[in-house]
This record gives sequence, structure tokens and C-alpha cells, in this order.
Amino acid sequence: MSLPPTMSLSPTDAVPPIDAAPLLAVRGLSKSFAGFPALAGIDVTLRHGEIHALLGENGAGKSTFIKAVTGVIARDAGTVALEGAEIAPRSAQEALQAGIATVYQEVSLLPNLSVAQNLFLGRQPMRFGLVREGEMRRRAAALLRDFDLDIDVGAPLGDYSVAVQHLVAIARAVDMSARILILDEPTASLDAHEVEILFRVMRGLAGRGLGILFVTHFLDQVYAISDRITVLRNGRLVGERETAALPRMELIRMMLGRELSEATSEHPAKDAAETAPEAGGAIRFEGFGKAGYVAPFDLALASGEVVGLAGLLGSGRTETARLLFGAEAADSGRLTIDGRSVRLASPRDAIAQGFGYCPEERKTEGIVAELTVRENIVLAVQARRGALHPLSRREQDEIARRFITMLDIRPPDPERPIGLLSGGNQQKALLARWLATQPRLLILDEPTRGIDVGAHAEIIRLIRQLCTEGLTLVVISSELEEIVSYADRVVVMRDRRQIATLEGEAVNVTAILQAIAADAAPLAA
Amino acid sequence: MTRYLPVIVTAAVFALGYAVCALQFPAFLSTRVIADLLTDNAFLGILAVGMTFVIISGGIDLSVGSVVGFTTVFLALAIGTWNIPPLLAFMLVLLVATLFGATMGALIQGFEMPPFIVTLAGMFLARGASFLLSTESIPVTAPLYGAISDFALRLPGGGRLSVVGLIMLAVFLAGGILLHLTRFGTNVYALGGNRVSTGLMGISVGRHTVAIYALSSFLAGLSGIVFSLYTSSGYSLSAVGVELDTIAAVVIGGTLLTGGYGFMAGTFLGVLMQGLIQTYINFDGTLSSWWTKIVTGVLLFAFIAFQQATLALARRSVRGTAAKGTTP
Repeated sequence: MSLPPTMSLSPTDAVPPIDAAPLLAVRGLSKSFAGFPALAGIDVTLRHGEIHALLGENGAGKSTFIKAVTGVIARDAGTVALEGAEIAPRSAQEALQAGIATVYQEVSLLPNLSVAQNLFLGRQPMRFGLVREGEMRRRAAALLRDFDLDIDVGAPLGDYSVAVQHLVAIARAVDMSARILILDEPTASLDAHEVEILFRVMRGLAGRGLGILFVTHFLDQVYAISDRITVLRNGRLVGERETAALPRMELIRMMLGRELSEATSEHPAKDAAETAPEAGGAIRFEGFGKAGYVAPFDLALASGEVVGLAGLLGSGRTETARLLFGAEAADSGRLTIDGRSVRLASPRDAIAQGFGYCPEERKTEGIVAELTVRENIVLAVQARRGALHPLSRREQDEIARRFITMLDIRPPDPERPIGLLSGGNQQKALLARWLATQPRLLILDEPTRGIDVGAHAEIIRLIRQLCTEGLTLVVISSELEEIVSYADRVVVMRDRRQIATLEGEAVNVTAILQAIAADAAPLAA
Repeated sequence: MTRYLPVIVTAAVFALGYAVCALQFPAFLSTRVIADLLTDNAFLGILAVGMTFVIISGGIDLSVGSVVGFTTVFLALAIGTWNIPPLLAFMLVLLVATLFGATMGALIQGFEMPPFIVTLAGMFLARGASFLLSTESIPVTAPLYGAISDFALRLPGGGRLSVVGLIMLAVFLAGGILLHLTRFGTNVYALGGNRVSTGLMGISVGRHTVAIYALSSFLAGLSGIVFSLYTSSGYSLSAVGVELDTIAAVVIGGTLLTGGYGFMAGTFLGVLMQGLIQTYINFDGTLSSWWTKIVTGVLLFAFIAFQQATLALARRSVRGTAAKGTTP
């Protein structure tokens, strides 16, 4: 139980009495990547016949936790005990042999093989060195009948829906005498009917004494199926609770609420006059949306305004950002800037209007790791000028030096490949890239994700400073206290829809939590 | 059924082509032409069996032609100059080839290098090694060679099915059993489907990768022995570019270059198809033999386009029946 004193919720008050030998007991699990802790002292207890939900926002450490428990990545510290006996699998294979099977969101079976081959790969019934195809199919059909699946087991797995593929993956795991089933976002691509089938199977398996660790971000499903809940946040354990005794509001608070470090809470009150949005708004999105992506919304942005986008994972925050930047073309609504109607069909259009976007996936969508800090910073300026008007080396050096100084990028070496910088400094270089284009609107998706506390405070200080200089910002964050500390307005999203806009006094953590939890669909039975 | 469609189409095209040839030259129906078709393409067929495993597993092996060249030179020198008994020389060269393939497989797996690059390097290496041994064309005069080329299975109608033809048929039979009826074969398909998933399902990806390239090189060595028997000589420039003919035969046979799908029977048809074109050109007598390449190129193009079309069709039908099987 090594938890930092800053945690608002003590996990110890909810830990159940230690039963003699729980099915799975993870204690003090820790893992760091390049010095940055991804998991710090996580304890999780899974009992026999229990469906246990593992919750947390993006970057909370759920995937890392699963990988560390099943040996896909090596753990730095901590123990994993299966019915009291310590295990240390070094691969998914060894975990499987020990009795822990993982079914990932992306079904990790083979669509080109038949259903029967997938079920029995590596353990087909044999005679004289040859696979007994008929026997294998008979066994496969019998096995799937337990799961209410009556399908042609000789057909390629890829012919069937994702739901069936998930069930086949689970059937394989269970048949390989798994005692613990880890389901990583199994319902993300299933429809309501398919989810019901999956849940029925899960209940049946739990009834047979299996322990199921269920990772999801659909809270309704958590309440529909799980017995207990463990919440992770930023690689730390927030707490473990009985589902029945945990109100939804409290659960959301566990997932999102975070005490701001001292550095970031220095300026709790914003100067209202300084940042008051101009009436009307210079950039107006009206009825903007895309069918099946984000429901149409209105958003008016005045210069110098900071608008926060809040909501749970999967609520449509990032999707909204991509629409605003034209990375996803809207199929309804219009955009006017200073009263003029403007076309926004691609990021090119957005950049031409002076929009900038720092995506959440810094590594894959943001930085070009092999290029130097200088080259990364001048990228957007160059793109805006076009390939025919190259920036001279002197101009590039000038821009790079200015922003390295202004944002305090360390080490202050413009010629260092950006991939070698820390997360916080990469983020600052990304900010610099867009600031160099002198944008009027900057969209930041989780700007403080995965960076250390010091850099965290600096990024927030920068956001505040930028808006006093007249820049309009749209910021997405899972850290509610962080949003509250700089946003003039907070747009709350749920189910890919704007459900509330909070302004002025109403911008506080409790109000946001209430908006997210308010009139949530009644718990599915 | 869409799985078998490419093979069915190849079979239909082959039957059609054969019918056209037979109409123009009735001799095509004689067992002699059929037996020669098998004999003349024996070395290509043996290579294609190995290549089928490699391509279904999602890889490629560009080294096979060079291994054939190396093998012929090695055998000519071993038998003629070093006085090693032919059978021992055969075993030696098969061992060398197998180790060579295993090394390529280990490099592909160990350093996560693309098979294209590793086997390209292997291609240059094997070709270079055969030049190092000798740049001359060396005749092989061992009695065994004479005995083997004298022996043949007499077919009704005057056809003589030679030993090398028989070897190819045996290799196809064994390859078909290994690919379609054993765990190893299923694992080869699995690798071609998704290497990561295969690993997660408890199959040793590394061991299989090594085994697949070792098998391909072993068969390339065997093909070299067959080529040596067929030509009774060893020459470092023999079988240049044959790796591409082999890949073409496999693809025309309906195997997807991206891996995961294919049949041994399709490869057999693909080999015969190339042989058929060559035989037709020989019968015609006025056509340049380069027409083989041109027709092969056109066929290859047509088959790849056809495969993409069937894949797209299959994908659409999957979407159409997305709910299939969800009803309990």
C-alpha cells in the first residue's frame, strides 16, 4: 500500500478482508518506461467466480497492468499469486499455461483459419502424425454449443462477426483450462444484442468458478455485469469497491478527479475581465457534426477564450477535436469566421484559417521522432508557406531558438532528434510548432498526458499565458481539476453528444461530474 | 467456396489452354507430351512446393534459383573433381542447403528483418559462392547419372515418366500432406494470417520461421539435384531468375502473396501452366521462347487482379452476413 499522500481517496478503506487464497492476488505491481512510472504499486484481488471491472481513463495503466500480469512485459516490482502460489510468467504462453487467458479487443485469432482450427491450433487431435479433421470439428462444435453458438466450424473465422470471434476466443481460452479470463475491451465493437450474448457467457463462466477481469469504458456495462470494481488513474490504484455500493457519481469521481499538484493550483481564480469572451464569438461552428461520429453541435469561440472539453473516454472528445480541425470531414453544419462562411474539409483548410491541433497520440500522430527539434518546430510553418517557398536555414534557426527559449524546451539543442526528448519537452516542441504559425485557434488533446509533474505545471502555465495573448484554445483533458483551472467554459460530452455547457461560476469539478453522471441511462438489468 | 475459387479458376484456365493446344496440335493428347511436361518442369515444381510454404506463411524466398545454381556446380565438382560418391554428394548438398535456409529463417526471425532483404542477400551469396567454385560449365559423367536418365516409368502410348518427374510428383504429394493435413501446415497458414496472434496462441513463431525457410532451401537443393540429373552438368549461371518463375507459378496457382491462403494443388497447376505455354511455343516452332515470359506476365497480372476482386467480393459478403451466427 505505497500510495502518495496527495491521493484524495484512500484505497485501504475499501479493500475487502483478505481471503485465504484468492484466485488471483496482485500486490505492489510496478512498471516504469524510460524512468516514467506507468504503474506504481498496484494491488488487485480477483476472487473465485467473480466478475471484476478494471476501469480508468486512457493512460491510466490498464493495458500495462494486463501485460505486466500476463508476462507480456516484464514487471519491475510486485508479486502475482494464483491461489496463493506465486507465478512469474514470461510470455502470454506461460500465463496461459498457468491458467490466465487474455482476450484482447482486437481479436487475436486467425481470420484465415477455420473456426475449428482456431479453437484447436497447436493441440489438434492427431492420428499417425496427421490432424484428425473430422474429430476436431466434432469437438469444436460440441465446445461452441456450450456458448450457444451453432455455427459451421469448418468455415473461416473471418466469415463471422466480431462478436462470434470474441466468443470463439473465449471458448478457446476456457477450453485450455483457463481459470482466469482477462477481457480487454471485449464489447467495444459489439452491438447491444451481441453484448447480451457475451454477458450471458461471462455469467455462466463465473458461475463455474472462473474469475473474470473485465476492462471497459462503458459504465452501464460495468454496473450491469461486474461484482467489484478497481479504478486506476495515472498508473496508480485509486481504489477497489463493491459495485453495488458505489454510486455512479462516486465512480466517475474516482476515474477523473485528481488533486492538482501545488504548482498548478497556484492560480485558482481567473481574472474574469481579462479573459471575458467577446460577445458573439469570432469562430462559430453551427450544427457541426458527422453522422455516426459526433452529433451536431454549436460552438462559438471568442479570441482569448479557453474552452475545455470534458467527458469520459469514448464520449466523443477527440472526435470533436478532429472535426474542428477538419481531420474528419463534417457532413452537416457550417463554420463562420468573423461572419464569413468558411469551408473546412481537410486539415489544410484548417491550417489556412490559422487552426492548430496537437493530437493525443503524440508519438504516432504528432512528432516525427527522427527529425530534429528544429525541423519539428518549423514543420507547420513550412507547410503553410508551401514547398515553393522554403524557409532559409537562418529563418529556421531563428524560429527554433525563439521557441526553445520561450517554452524552455530542454535540452535547448535545436539539432537533437526530438525522439530523444522527454514527453513534456516533446509536447512543448509540438506546441511550438503550432505557435510558430501564429494560429488563432489551437486545439490541444490531452496536452498533459504522460508527462511528469513539473512539465505538467509548465504546460498549464503556458496555456494560461497563451490565452491572455489573444489565442483561442480548445483543450481536451481527463483531468477535471486541470480543466477547471484554465477554462472559461466547459463543454461536457457523453455518448458523442454535447450534453452541457458550463460557464462562469458553474465551471467546477462537481458540476462537471454531475453533468457527466446526470440522467445517465438507468442501469441495464 | 470463395476459398477454392482461385484454384478452380486456374484449373479451368489450364483445361481451356490445354484444349486449345490439343485442337491445334493433336499430339498434345499423347502421354509423351504429358510425361515431358512433368519432366521438363520437375525442378520448377519442386521449388514451387517450397515457395508455397514460404508464401503462405507470409514470406518470400528469392534465393532458390541461386541455390539451384550452387547445387549443380557443387555436385559437378564433388562428383567429377573431388571423387565423392554421387549419393553422398547429394546428401552433403542437401545438408548445406538446409542449413543455409535455416540461417536465413533465423536472421528473419532474430533481427526482425524483411524476408525480401534476407533472401535477396542469400540469393547473391549463393550465386557468388557458385562462381567461386567454378565459372565453367562442368559436365557430370557419373554412371549413376546415366542409369537414372535411362530409367523411366513407361506409360501407355509411348510416354516415359522420368525419375525427375517422379521425384516432383512425390514432392508435391508429400508437400500437400504436410501443408494440408498436419499441425505444421496449419501453423504455416496461421503465420501468414497474423504472426503476433499466432505467437499469442502459443505457437513458436521463431521455430516455424526457421523450419519454413529451411524446408524451402532443402527443396531448392533437391531441385538442384534434379536439375543436375536433367542436364548432366553443373554451371554457375544455371537457373538464373528461376525464383521469379517459381513465385509466378505459386501466385498463378491461387496463393495470395500476402500470405494465409493457398493450396498445393493450385501450385501444381501453376507450374503446369508455365510448362504448357513453353510446350506450345516449342510445338509452334516460329515463336520466340521469350513469349513464355510475356504470356506468364499477362497471366500473372490477370490472376493478381482476379485475386483482389475475389477478396473484395468476399469482404463484401462478410459484411452482408455480419450477424451470421450470433443468434443462439
